[in-house]
Amino acid sequence: MHAIQRFAQEGPHTREGIDALLAAHEWPLVEGREVTFVYRGYVDRVFLRHFVYGLPSTVPFRRIGDTDLWFVTVEIPPLSRVEYKLEVIDGGSGRWVRDPLNPRMAHDPFGANSVAIGEGYDTPEWIEHDPETRPGTLEELRFRETPFGEERHVTVYLPARFRRTRRYPLLIVHDGGDYVNYAALQTVLDNLIHRQEVAPLIVALSHPGDRMVEYPDDPRHVAFLAETVVPYMEDRYPLFGTPAQRGLMGASFGAVASLSAAWRRPGTFGKLLLQSGSFAFTDIGEHKRGPAFDPVVEFVNAFRAAPGRPADRVFMSCGMYESLIYENRSMAPFLRDLGIDVRLVESRDGHNWENWRDRLREGLSWLFPGHLWMVYE
Amino acid sequence: MKPVALLGPQRLKPTVGEAARRLGVRGPCAVITAGWQEREDETEELEAALGLPTVNLRLYARWERLRTEDPVLALAHRARQDRLRRLQALYRERLAGLMRTARKLFGMQGDPTLLDPERASAVTAVRALDAHHLQRITETNLEFESEAHPGARAAVAGQRAALSRMLEDCDSVILAGGHVAVLLGRLRLFALEPMLRDKTLIAWSAGAMALTDRVVLFHDQPPWGAGDAELLDFGLGLAPDVVVLPHAKRRLRLDDRERVRLMARRFRPAACVPLDLGDHIERIDGAWRTEGARLLASDGEVRLSGSTAGPRALPPVDAAPVDAAQEDG
Repeated sequence: MHAIQRFAQEGPHTREGIDALLAAHEWPLVEGREVTFVYRGYVDRVFLRHFVYGLPSTVPFRRIGDTDLWFVTVEIPPLSRVEYKLEVIDGGSGRWVRDPLNPRMAHDPFGANSVAIGEGYDTPEWIEHDPETRPGTLEELRFRETPFGEERHVTVYLPARFRRTRRYPLLIVHDGGDYVNYAALQTVLDNLIHRQEVAPLIVALSHPGDRMVEYPDDPRHVAFLAETVVPYMEDRYPLFGTPAQRGLMGASFGAVASLSAAWRRPGTFGKLLLQSGSFAFTDIGEHKRGPAFDPVVEFVNAFRAAPGRPADRVFMSCGMYESLIYENRSMAPFLRDLGIDVRLVESRDGHNWENWRDRLREGLSWLFPGHLWMVYE
Repeated sequence: MKPVALLGPQRLKPTVGEAARRLGVRGPCAVITAGWQEREDETEELEAALGLPTVNLRLYARWERLRTEDPVLALAHRARQDRLRRLQALYRERLAGLMRTARKLFGMQGDPTLLDPERASAVTAVRALDAHHLQRITETNLEFESEAHPGARAAVAGQRAALSRMLEDCDSVILAGGHVAVLLGRLRLFALEPMLRDKTLIAWSAGAMALTDRVVLFHDQPPWGAGDAELLDFGLGLAPDVVVLPHAKRRLRLDDRERVRLMARRFRPAACVPLDLGDHIERIDGAWRTEGARLLASDGEVRLSGSTAGPRALPPVDAAPVDAAQEDG
């Protein structure tokens, strides 16, 4: 029997009894495959609002007697990570709040969510600052003339112990600022390169204008990457300058932008790291994802009709709790049939930055392997 | 017989100066940093920690220069390296199956009279493959020696003679870590082993690995793959009877009894010694001595090999000797 059910049956349903229950556990409370959320307050109703595709997105809490304690127990399988908020209805109006009893939060460009984890999920230690790690450095590049007709800037990550006498691979990352802010990309690169899990590489962190317009197969964006950023970077930095040592990375629409650039410039980008790619397509009829997806579907349909061979090696990741899992599961064998070396990693997570963060080790180390087995410093 | 000291990683907590003082090293010390590759000359931190005059043997740069001076040798060397890489891949392929089986057997619960002989047999199979691999590597190296005759080539002979002269003035040699295959390759090419025999040796990480009998590459939790430790090659054998495991805390699951047990039994009679920050072991007058070093024991424990109060010889590691004889493949 769950702790909350025992409490509901046995009490004591007093202020002190509730205090003792809440103090006795960490909330939400993980018990096997099930997780109990609680909310405390004399309000009208409480709902769990989560972002797990496949489950009802609104789950009502139950109140215990006439106390101020509300709860709901839901199945969250082992290794899961679920972002959520609570919807609290009081006096006829509702508000979405983070779970006051849960200190675990995930930030994204829109704010922050509470995070519930299933049994066995551990935040990877390689996303944390490691005092042993030598840090890389960031520098800013400004591109005054671009196909967009306006200035753009790119932040360049140089690995620790960068030397002009060496050659480096180049990875261009869409939404580079968000990857640094919400997926700890700089720390992750520092750690994985220091540990030799990833080869020292130079990373161009791009910052979009209107990503919803530029990312789904906008020829200006493709030209910006292939004809502005790459030549400039190869002129300025000691890069290998070969397709095999050049990669594109992005999440969601950023993954679409990566695939689109590789498709429109075959033989330019040998490696792709595509996270939760918005690879929506139709075989017949209209799609149902809203107008923002119109250019995406148009591109993916065109790509599927005449794919060519956009890259040699593609790492894909996608959460099982996002609707795009089906498109990604479909894309992986499609790419494999083109003769591309493809790995798809699925996680029990949603369409969010921490999911993308947690897959960086697998993706980067597979695309740009370091000398992990050979170097002992 | 001169002393040998094998140390833990040095970057955050350098102990090389302390070790040199303990062993009575006066300097100048020859320094081998070929494992650092193109950063070979960046020895300021090492020199500061050591506090003694040094002579950098610059083995990495010597070979880089030789490559251009002797393109025929460079070509033969590249062919040998390609063959070694292919051999390593084949070995890894075969090893994966054997290790998977061995791990499974070690993880099983049940009647020991049934399981133990199967486990011993599984370890024997891994040891036999390890031995086979080392033999193939040795054959390939000998083939290179007999076909390319590096020692007879003027450029190489000149470098070897120069190194020998440099070492005459040094009674000790410091070997740093880095890329173990690169380091071992340079040590071999310039035939350093006989020149190092009568020197006090202080080494850490890849440097320590290169001095042992067998170089074991290891990582229990790599981003991809099962993390099966593999043999790279024979080492120089100047630090015999041990398998050293630098950065063990990060690279090994020392709390996983089955992995520890399997590793200890696979490589015995050598003692598997984790070398983390601040760790060291020393070989004095032909016997290993230590102050509180750890050992992987064949029952799956990681044991302290001596008290911190004073140096003491490494104890035997066979905590479960029942099937030792059966594993001698």
